Amino acid sequence: MPEIKVTPLGAGQDVGRSCILVSIGGKNIMLDCGMHMGYNDDRRFPDFSYITQNGRLTEFLDCVIISHFHLDHCGALPYMSEMVGYDGPIYMTHPTKAICPILLEDFRKITVDKKGETNFFTSQMIKDCMKKVIPLNLHQTVQVDDELEIKAYYAGHVLGAAMVHIKVGSESVVYTGDYNMTPDRHLGAAWIDKCRPDILISESTYATTIRDSKRCRERDFLKKVHETIERGGKVLIPVFALGRAQELCILLETFWERMNLKAPIYFSTGLTEKANHYYKLFITWTNQKIRKTFVQRNMFEFKHIKAFDRSYADNPGPMVVFATPGMLHAGQSLQIFKKWAGNEKNMVIMPGYCVQGTIGHKILNGQRKLEMEGRATLDVKLQVEYMSFSAHADAKGIMQLIRMAEPRNMLLVHGEAAKMEFLKGKIEQEFNINCYMPANGETETVTTNPSVPVDISLNLLKREMALGGPLPDTKKPRTMHGTLIMKENSLRLVSPEQALKELGLNEHQLRFTCRVQLQDPHSDSDTLHRIYTHLKSVLKGYTIQHLPDSTVMVESIVIKLSSSAEDPNTKVLLLSWSYQIVTRYVTNIVITKH
Amino acid sequence: MKLYCLSGHPTLPCNVLKFKSTTIMLDCGLDTTSVLNFLPLPLVHSPRLSKLPGWVSKDGTVNLEKELKECAGRVFVDSQPEFCLPEKELLDLSTIDVILISNYHCMMALPYITEHTGFTGTVYATEPTLQIGRLLMEELVNFMERVPKAQSATCWKNKEIQRMLPGPLKDAVEVWTWKRCYSMQEVNSALSKVQLVGYSQKVELFGAVQVSPLSSGYSLGSSNWIIQSHHEKVAYVSGSSLLTTHPQPMDQSSLKNSDVLILTGLTQMPTANPDGMLGDFCSNLAMTIRAGGNVLVPCYSSGVIYDLLECLYQFIESASLGTTPFYFISPVANSSLEFSQIFAEWLCHNKQSKVYLPEPPFPHAELIQTNKLKHYPSIHGDFSSEFRQPCVVFTGHPSLRFGDVVHFMELWGKSSLNTIIFTEPDFSYLDALAPYQPLAMKCVYCPIDTRLNFHQVSKLLKEVQPLHVVCPEQYTQPPPSQSHRSDLMLELQPPPMPYRRCSVLSLPFRRRYERIHLLPELANSLVPSEIKPGISVATVSAVLHSKDNKHTLQSVPKPPPVPPTKKRKRVIEEPPEVLAPKPLLSGAVPLEAFLATLHKHGITEVKVEETADGHILHLQAEDTLIQLEEDGTHIVCDNNEPLRLL
Repeated sequence: MPEIKVTPLGAGQDVGRSCILVSIGGKNIMLDCGMHMGYNDDRRFPDFSYITQNGRLTEFLDCVIISHFHLDHCGALPYMSEMVGYDGPIYMTHPTKAICPILLEDFRKITVDKKGETNFFTSQMIKDCMKKVIPLNLHQTVQVDDELEIKAYYAGHVLGAAMVHIKVGSESVVYTGDYNMTPDRHLGAAWIDKCRPDILISESTYATTIRDSKRCRERDFLKKVHETIERGGKVLIPVFALGRAQELCILLETFWERMNLKAPIYFSTGLTEKANHYYKLFITWTNQKIRKTFVQRNMFEFKHIKAFDRSYADNPGPMVVFATPGMLHAGQSLQIFKKWAGNEKNMVIMPGYCVQGTIGHKILNGQRKLEMEGRATLDVKLQVEYMSFSAHADAKGIMQLIRMAEPRNMLLVHGEAAKMEFLKGKIEQEFNINCYMPANGETETVTTNPSVPVDISLNLLKREMALGGPLPDTKKPRTMHGTLIMKENSLRLVSPEQALKELGLNEHQLRFTCRVQLQDPHSDSDTLHRIYTHLKSVLKGYTIQHLPDSTVMVESIVIKLSSSAEDPNTKVLLLSWSYQIVTRYVTNIVITKH
Repeated sequence: MKLYCLSGHPTLPCNVLKFKSTTIMLDCGLDTTSVLNFLPLPLVHSPRLSKLPGWVSKDGTVNLEKELKECAGRVFVDSQPEFCLPEKELLDLSTIDVILISNYHCMMALPYITEHTGFTGTVYATEPTLQIGRLLMEELVNFMERVPKAQSATCWKNKEIQRMLPGPLKDAVEVWTWKRCYSMQEVNSALSKVQLVGYSQKVELFGAVQVSPLSSGYSLGSSNWIIQSHHEKVAYVSGSSLLTTHPQPMDQSSLKNSDVLILTGLTQMPTANPDGMLGDFCSNLAMTIRAGGNVLVPCYSSGVIYDLLECLYQFIESASLGTTPFYFISPVANSSLEFSQIFAEWLCHNKQSKVYLPEPPFPHAELIQTNKLKHYPSIHGDFSSEFRQPCVVFTGHPSLRFGDVVHFMELWGKSSLNTIIFTEPDFSYLDALAPYQPLAMKCVYCPIDTRLNFHQVSKLLKEVQPLHVVCPEQYTQPPPSQSHRSDLMLELQPPPMPYRRCSVLSLPFRRRYERIHLLPELANSLVPSEIKPGISVATVSAVLHSKDNKHTLQSVPKPPPVPPTKKRKRVIEEPPEVLAPKPLLSGAVPLEAFLATLHKHGITEVKVEETADGHILHLQAEDTLIQLEEDGTHIVCDNNEPLRLL
């Protein structure tokens, strides 16, 4: 039986370090190659030694597919391709290809230049890695090789995020990456057609949450920001340079305009301009509304939001600052946080998920004393707010996607085990399909049952369809007979006659004759006539002939009668028929009757 | 399999392909050359045009003063310009399932087809094709509606009268079917039927046919199409280019191995080299500006203009044209320039990589930023106050019959300092200029047509090797003006099948096989036997299921074990025509092997007798005779038991 194997190297019952291996139809595919934000040691990257103990990965992998530019999905890519070694194709969408190297470089700078780590990938390695990237367009069917094809679907989540459909022969897998089933202020909703994959591998970040309406959350967010500003406090919003940042900027920009607010909004990093420019150039990846109006008014040209300078953090008075990175684990957002943490008038709003081990995660869990580097502690007095703006599908969204794609099996990754367990139960109950949730390093095997494609001769098919009528009758299934010719790599189904002709074979006639003795006082011809009338009454719908040479023919069965010389009452019935299935039934009747 | 040809224009095709059970329209081109027979529509009142004399036949019997005007020896219809539509009578257009669009120039007749024929299908096009196509339609509607003309001339179309008119009006075909421009409402409704597709996307049509667009390299989002089932493949090539301009390069390899290749949209200027023309364009432009004249470039608002602007971007400094204003005037000028920057996925590699920096892919963004290029929706409004001469103006429509270009013709036509440079190849420049004669302005003809020329196409066909080629009849002979140039036609073996307007071609297809799926249960139950080295056969008895044009074979459901009486009933119920055909038996029965088999079953007493054709076996214990021959076996016995032996 053919089977599909799925092994998460990361993101198995965990968020972060997404990296999933899929073996399908003899092809090995790596889905995402992310790093874990919560670790600084070896656990940061997926354990590639699972694939091979020594040497390069090129010969073990047919392709690598990156779903979107978040580092927990692409952060280990240069390490994998340049340090472990992989020269095969890497697929990602155009926006991902554009933005991914910038985030990687950013990440590298923080790790190497600021923290002084060695044994890390270099700028050159990022460049070399990106040279192996083949851009994907939405809905384009990309033939990786003769058998393996992949197709990208829109996933929402962030600019350029994609779900991928992977197909080998009639087996297929869909990997969602991170996705979002509700459109937001700048992105559209994920969509996939009814592709009925054997396995749907879905993220499950918000497996147990059904989130309230976006409008409420937006109003809440604006209210909190506004209140803090009013009382002269400062608002820090740690974000990733691309993604949520743009959505919140659009939100604040319109709010500032409507309320005529004067407090400055800053966007930290030098990425701002650049980031917004990407959004302008990839406007086709944003939502319907922005795409429609972009000629008149480009939503990514902000009037109220200005570039941040480090010195502004000490300015008196209220302000709103967007700073990177989003989980407060390093960089500018952490610096500003340290400066502002002591004042209870200030506020930090965490608009997204924080992985374990980051300061973001700690303060969200209510920790008020933080241990910093060099044994210093930091008292957290400012208000900490969590607003889930990260665009992941919630439980409702995941169910919605299952309804769209109609998978035969479901596999959950990128979520916490307990939450997955809950969702798994719900999925199995509602859709009556198997749902798996392997841990890292665990292999889940799903047997598939593909049908066998065959070429049928059009004559045979047309003849059969003409006989069968326009609608199949489920009560009386028709049986079609044909001969399957297997020659080299082709499978052809033709009519038996054609097969014989084609293969230069003679048909072999098989005839059976059998004698039945019976006692009957009538004359030979009378007996035969009685048999004839009897058969006629029993076998309605068959051609039954009484021929002049005193034989009865039922279709192709010949019945002859003779009486023995000694005893005219003992008649011998000679039945002769050729090898046919239905004939046998009829013959049986003839025999049993007498 | 049939091809209905609804347009005779080789670069603005409209064909309908009946393939398996689907009806597919390939492109929806609108022949706009008909507008050359009409008088220009001036934006502001033109005393010259309004004073043109009406036309009366020489003998004075036909007087069409109101409808026809004479200018410099040519006669023009004084009415809103009309277009020559694709043929509507050849087949019922409401039966069309899908329309495949190859590029934005080949979709301009879409509203006529989708809105007035009962069309209920889907239109497939790429996103740039849809967006830019919409802009071009919007522009066309705007040009027409801006200067409404009450009068609609119809008398001249009368067959009797048309015959007496001077050429080229006399020779115009199908004039009764010519139609005025559609409305914006019709455009919106037509375009709402478009479904977007990406290159190499496989679109299933009713499970019977798969269509897939391929990059054709001609314009933003332009595509060729593959229409295929499992066993047949039709390639539709329309407007393709091998030159490196802005679009993504042409995908040639996917066209390979097609049974039929429909070839349309070759270059209209087979003797003009686009690069040379671009050079001429720049040098003429510079010369005129230096002499203090203005340059008018009638053009479409998308397409070659991007290349012209890019060329000028590099040329401006070296030709010291840094202070010369460049104007682009069109109701959709801004949109066209903006849209060109957001389709990175559809651009050539060079432009694509610019987006990664991130920089706009086309340099006209910089021209606009530095105020060298300015764009306006029309000559009214801001333009009239900001307009400085000498300057270069890009504006439409290239036919010179409507749009802002008409105004500049009236304005600049009288001075020999000015130059008009034709770059679009769709209209004969002499015909376009006819209603403006006599003209003092210089005329330069630099048609830039990047589509395949005959040399390139024969190389391409050698490469992709289609079994048959179908093409417009124009491609099977040299152009009439250059009848000695046998290199300007298609020469193929077998010769291409030519079509003209209203042709119906039967495509040389022999469909012999269809894809069917054996369900796993059935596939597992098959018992193949090798009858020749490398060839195995298995008899298949199964139930056929056909749904949505997909066929599957399922195992025959096992009849429940029934008592004999029931069985009899079952048999009776079966109509005679369903008598099962024989399972396949073939070859002769080898005697030795047969005897061995019998032996294995405990039949040892066998008397073998040789006959002329084979052997007779007498199984004495069973009182059975078996007659073995070359092509038959006859078993005479009293019970059914030997049946099981075979």
